[in-house]
This record gives sequence, C-alpha cells and structure tokens, in this order.
Amino acid sequence: MSKKECIAMLLAGGQGNRLGLLTKNLAKPAVPFGGKYRIIDFTLSNCTNSGIDTVGVLTQYRPLKLNSYIGNGQPWDLDRLDGGVYVLPPYMKGKVGEWYKGTANAISQNIEFIEQFNPKYILVLSGDHIYKMDYSKMIEYHREKHADATIAVIETKLEDANRFGIMNTDKDNRIYEFEEKPKNPKSNKASMGIYVFNWNTLKNYLIADDKNAKSEHDFGKNIIPQMLSNGMVIYAYKFKGYWKDVGTLQSLYQSNMDLLEFPPIFDLYDPTWKIYGRNQGLPPHYIAPSADVKRAIVSEGSSIYGTVRHSIISTGVFIDKSSIIKNSIIMPYARIGKNTLIEDSIIAEKVTIGNNCTIGRRPDGKARQIELTLIGENAKIPDSTVVEKGMEIDSVMLQDIYDLYQNDAKEAKAL
Amino acid sequence: MKELLGVIDASENHIQLKEITKNRSIAAVPIGSRYRIIDFALSNMVNSGIQDVGIITQNHYNSLLTHLGPGKDWDLNRKRGGLFIFPPYGGSDSQGWYRGSVDALHSIMRFIRRSEQEYVLVSGTYMVFSFTYHDVLKYHIDNEADITILYKEKKGMTPDEFKQNTLIKVNDCGRVVDMEINPSLPRFNNIYMNTFIIGKDLLDYLLDECQSRGESDFVKDILLRKLSSLKIYGYKFNGYLACINSINAYYRYNMDLLNSDIREELFIKSGPVHTRVMDVVPAMYSENACVKNCIVADGCIIDGNVENSILFRGVKIYKGAKIKNSIIMQDSEVHENAILENVILDKEVIIRRSKNLIGQEIYPVVISKGAVI
Repeated sequence: MSKKECIAMLLAGGQGNRLGLLTKNLAKPAVPFGGKYRIIDFTLSNCTNSGIDTVGVLTQYRPLKLNSYIGNGQPWDLDRLDGGVYVLPPYMKGKVGEWYKGTANAISQNIEFIEQFNPKYILVLSGDHIYKMDYSKMIEYHREKHADATIAVIETKLEDANRFGIMNTDKDNRIYEFEEKPKNPKSNKASMGIYVFNWNTLKNYLIADDKNAKSEHDFGKNIIPQMLSNGMVIYAYKFKGYWKDVGTLQSLYQSNMDLLEFPPIFDLYDPTWKIYGRNQGLPPHYIAPSADVKRAIVSEGSSIYGTVRHSIISTGVFIDKSSIIKNSIIMPYARIGKNTLIEDSIIAEKVTIGNNCTIGRRPDGKARQIELTLIGENAKIPDSTVVEKGMEIDSVMLQDIYDLYQNDAKEAKAL
Repeated sequence: MKELLGVIDASENHIQLKEITKNRSIAAVPIGSRYRIIDFALSNMVNSGIQDVGIITQNHYNSLLTHLGPGKDWDLNRKRGGLFIFPPYGGSDSQGWYRGSVDALHSIMRFIRRSEQEYVLVSGTYMVFSFTYHDVLKYHIDNEADITILYKEKKGMTPDEFKQNTLIKVNDCGRVVDMEINPSLPRFNNIYMNTFIIGKDLLDYLLDECQSRGESDFVKDILLRKLSSLKIYGYKFNGYLACINSINAYYRYNMDLLNSDIREELFIKSGPVHTRVMDVVPAMYSENACVKNCIVADGCIIDGNVENSILFRGVKIYKGAKIKNSIIMQDSEVHENAILENVILDKEVIIRRSKNLIGQEIYPVVISKGAVI
C-alpha cells in the first residue's frame, strides 16, 4: 500500500444510550436522519468531499446494521483501489483480546492497521455529529502551525460552555489548557471531537497511555491533557457553520427540525458538498389529492394521503387519509393508519401505527419544552391506541402489555 | 438467468418527441420524476438476473452515456460481464450509421457471439413496462420456439399508439400467424412490444442472411417473412404497458403515474427500477406550499401551488406560482405568480415571475431545455 498523507479514523462504537430505544438494536451512527440519511453519512461524505480516501470505522456496539450499511463504501465513493473504507471491530490478539476501552484505546488497538498506510497525519472523527466541514483546510492549518495536534472548536454561548470540553487558548489560538465541562468557563471554544495528530507523535502517546492503568484511555480526558503537560504544540482550529452533536433524543430531534427552516440554517443544497447515502431505489414520493403538506421534508418512496405539518417524512413512509402528523420525525418505512394524530414524536423505522390512534398529543395550553414521545423500531401499535406524551414504547413492551391484558381477561373469566 | 444475454437497441431513431428528443435519444428521455426511459428496459434485465447487457446507441447518445456511466447504479459494473455500450462507429463493414434494427444488431454480433450465454433477449426502450423474463425464457424453451416475441392486447390503447408499431395475430397455440406493420386501420388485436428472445446462433444466421440481401428491418425483413418457416411464438404480457411514441403519449403516460395502482405495478411489483443516483436532498415543502395529486422527486423546493403534476429532481416552485397538469423536468424553476397549465418544461427551464403558459390536454406546450421565459 502506498503512503498516505492523512487517513481518517471514525469512532462509531459508542452505545448511544441517551438516544433511548432508538439505539436498542442499532449503533448510534446508523440512526436515520433528515429523511434519507443516516448520521454517519455526514462524516463519511465530509471525508470524501475533503479528499480523504482512507477511512477506518471503529465499531463495537450493535454493529450489524451499521456494517451492512457501510458495505464496500460505494455510496460515498470510498470503494477505492488503494484505501477506501474499512470497518474495524475489536479482535483477539493471540490469547488476549478486549473491547475498545475508550476513544484513545480504540485507535491504539488499530495501530497496525494505521501503520500499513504509513500516514503523516491522522484525523480522528466522531460518528454522531451533523455538520459539513472541509477537513483538508484543517489539515492545512495544522501543517502551517507546525502543530503536534489540532483540535476543531466551535464557539458556543458562554452559558452553554459548561456542557462541553473547553479549550483555553492564547491569542494565536494555541491551546494552553483543556477543561472538561468547566463550572466557570474561561473561554467559549468547545471541542468538536475532531482531532488532527502527527501520527508518529500520537502513536507514542497511545502506547504510553495503554500502559497507564489509571487512564480512562480517552482523547479528551487523558491524551490531550498529557500532551499539554508535556508542552506539545496544540492548536485550536475554529469552525464556523452548523454543527450539532446528536447524542441525545432532544438534540437529534432539534437537528432534524433545523432542516425545516426556510431559508435553511443548515444548507444541504450545495452541489459542491453533497451528502451521500445508500440509495434505496425507491420511486418518487406521492402527494395525494387528500393530502395537505406544509413545512415538511418528504423523501422518496413515501405516499401521503393525510396532513403533515412541520415534520420529517423519511423514505418509504405511508400516511393514510385523515391522519395528522405534527412536529414529528417519521423514520423509514413506517406506516401510519387512518385518522391518527401524531405530535412531538419520533416514530422509528418500520413501525406500524393503526387507525384512530393518538400519539404524544400536547395537553391543552402550550408546553414549554417539547416533551418527545418515541415509538421504537418494528413496533405495531393497534387501532385506537393512545400513547401518552413523553412515553417510550417498543415491540417488547407492547407484547408485555398484551400478555398482561390477556392474563387479566383470563382471570376475569375464571372468576 | 445465466443463459440469457441482454441487448437493448436504443438506436430507435424513428421515435421523436418534438423538442424533447432534439438533443437526446428516446432512451434518454426523462420520465416519472427521476427516471430515464431506458431505466425500465435495463432494470427489467437486471431484475431478471441477466448479468451481461449490451446497449446499442445511435444519435445524440451523449446524455445516455452520462446517464449510464459504468453501470454502477444498475449493479452492472462487474469484472465478469456487466454493461457494454456500443456507440456507432465507421469501419470496413459498417458506415457508422444503422439503416435499421438488423444493421444495429449486426454491428454488435461479435459481442453476442463471444458471450457465454445461449440465448439473447433483445428489447427496445420506448415500450415502457416492468417485468422479469424468467417465464418468457421457460416458455421459449418449452415450446422449442425459434423466436419468442412479447405482445400485449391492444385493448385500451388509442389509435395513434399503433403508429410506428406492429400488430400481430396469435393462434390458440401461441404461434404468431400474421403481422401488420404501422397499420392505420389495425385488424389484429395485439401489439408487439419490441422485445424478443432468440437463440444466439439463429440470430447470427438470420442477421447475416438479411444483411446479404441488403435488407435492414428486423420485423419487416425477418419476423414477417419467416412466420411460416420459423417457429415464432408470442408471449402474452398482461401488465401495464406505456408506448411512448409521441409527445401526447409521453404526456399521457407520465400523468398515468399519478395512479397508485400503476405506480405499484411499475415500481414495486417486479423489483426496483434502478436509475442514476444523484445524492440530492429530500424534497422540501414550505409554509405556503399547496400540493395535490403529484409525484415529486428529491431536491425539489416547493413554495407554491402544484396540482396533478410530475416534478423531477431539483425543481423550484416559488411563492404564488400555480402549476396544473404539467411535467417539470430536472432543475427547472417556476418563479413567483407564474401560471402553468398542461405544460412540459424540459430541464433547466426558467419561467419568470407572473408569466402564463397554458396548453391543452391534447396538445401540451413543450418548452425546450434551458429556455428562459
């Protein structure tokens, strides 16, 4: 294999338990987003559009769907003769083998993989962020500053800074201190979890960190502070534009809703920076005479006969007559029956909802913060069901409820 | 279907759709919001498990080549076989211009001879349908037929659709017993779908024989003449067929796609219809959008009123615009308060604000590619 200037390592192994039932059977980066995408599409497309043709995807939690989604990388133009996309799960090494213990450890366990390409720089990315970024500019910046490491930062409101890893920098943006979720932040430069390292430097730190039993093997908590205390040159690279960590249900929901802003606050229409995804080969979507669609995104393969307001309708969705979908995300291949109301909800993939149901209806009077209702993958909601606002339901729970109901009925009969 | 080689004859010069075919062949004409006409013939072959497909092209094949690329989107970029495209070329035995279907097929005979398959499935493009060919091949083999041709009953079709087409008479055993080419008063009940299966060696022989007599038309000079000396069988197709041989038919059949049953049959039943992937954003509807009975592709931004229409990828409809019974092709824009009725806009057309264009259902207005009005 030829020498590469820079290869990317994409951390996609996180469990994503703050996404609730959505990630029960699915790795976070594979969660559907924006109608036709999955979260990982944004990072993979950024790589391709930035001219990075070698990407290692580190998977660990529920990787099956993510692996088959990535496949040979063809949708992102990452099926390359030399390089391309590689899915890297943890593996046995002789008699020992272990899970990825942290972000740094995940890279460390793949030193051999990286060495094959003998890269000068390595780009470390997260698989759960929604943004468009030209990494080649960041690498250029890193090179110009003769840095050992460069961390992409985004300026947040100072009052939000206590939720992020904050970089304290001098005038030239050189980082002198890193604070994880500081109570009294000195700066508003939040780490985006995107790092460029000189590979030879990082390698030594990773090897040393692995030997440190006290370490949590995390870039933010261990590697960066250690490098700073050794006086390494670390720069902050300021990113301007839309960036969202979609690690929680609320932020995933919000980021989807951001797509409905008109004119867009996150512009996906730029022909020079397309977001690629695996195509399903579905026909165009159909809007029936009975339908009423306003302020919505509608994807291929959907058929809409009902009313849609301020919602995301994903690929292959069916919404029957007289149903009303408001402020919701309907994920791929969900089917909604007749005369059903869905409000402030996330309906996961392949859910079937019957007729005359009410899901997540807002109580009278305006709710201050939107409280989301979530119906998990493959759930079948029978006719006339009411799902209260704020509930999370999946097919297993539905079965339990059904069994309980059956038992009650039996007991009632016996009496 | 390892035993079947696919050949698409996209050199159908005689089919013209006014301005729409000015710079593209009929095979490359956009249809149904996100497809090109050839996608159906090609997807039928791919969905039948055919792994080698040759495409014969003739005039204006540029947009066809761009559309097909290396065949990736049809899963035909293979190491063994895959997609082969044959633009016309001048050589010692050809003038680079096909006089007819025999010429066209003869020009790729070397490709056909060299293939591993025993049978060849040849299809045109402007007859649009979704189907898989397993049963046709079985029917061909079971009947020990020399040639099996696809046909559909003409019931429900209008007389102008028989133009440039062939009607056939089939007896009770399925044998084709008579044909009439381009009749003005058709006597026979079945329309030939420009699709047939034939043994490779027989095709080679027939083409050579026909060529040596200086004849050039497969239907007229081979099928019609050999009705009694060859076993030519008809396979009856019962599905949905759109014969796109005129601008009116083009308009009508696009509008047919607003019918859910027809969409189901064309796009779902026989497997997906593959087309070039463009990676555009899903369609966006604004607060002012009012859309009724439309099929809409990805990348559209709709801020106006659209009814009974077909919107292709990347179409922009501005506030106050009113569009009815129209076909708007890729990347066209209809600005504020413009009114369109029974109109076909080719790609990249811009209709400026408050302009009115009204056509008739039986005579839609066609605006050519890139026009600004």
